Amino acid sequence: MRTLEEVALYIGKVSGTVVATFKDKVFEGRKLLIVDHLTPEGEPTGKYWVAVDDVQAGVGDTVMVIDEGNSARQVVGMDPAPIRAVVVGIVDEIDIAV
Amino acid sequence: MQLAKVIGRLVATRKYKGLEGIKFLIIQPIDKFQNPIGEPVVAADGTALAGPGDIVFFVGVREAALALPEKFVPVDHAITGIVDEIDVPEEGLPAKPGVFRKEPSLDPSS
Repeated sequence: MRTLEEVALYIGKVSGTVVATFKDKVFEGRKLLIVDHLTPEGEPTGKYWVAVDDVQAGVGDTVMVIDEGNSARQVVGMDPAPIRAVVVGIVDEIDIAV
Repeated sequence: MQLAKVIGRLVATRKYKGLEGIKFLIIQPIDKFQNPIGEPVVAADGTALAGPGDIVFFVGVREAALALPEKFVPVDHAITGIVDEIDVPEEGLPAKPGVFRKEPSLDPSS
């Protein structure tokens, strides 16, 4: 059983891209982004993902990332597929209580 | 999914049934600037093309086995692609302004 910590939608910032020629077929035709994990206050935690882009995000965007296989396979519509991290939204605004 | 550098090979003659013909490599997880993070791990090579010196990206946990021909095998890291290029424009590129806001009206104590 996974804990809530392990199955989550994370906030991240796109900080780069990855180019790969030889890769699993699930990644073919999909953009790979480097996404740094952020706290809800916008501070980087040091953790990062190589994530598949599903929303045409670009470098500098604040995004939502899933890091869980079953959801990721539903997003890309391929099962089975060795994929976990997918960018599923571009964040416009985060309001936090002061 | 994370980046790693292949630092060695592993040969095992006797292994679990579904793992025959699978190549195993020793990979060192790295950050986006290619600095090592944590300890090296053994990874199954889902591409069958990676070799020592390559930068690769790998998938962990349950999804690792899905990179291999046999989908239910005891593998915890699998290489899913060989990286040609990592493009990180500049360190500290700020998040687009106005995303993270403090909103006093949301404070539960007020």
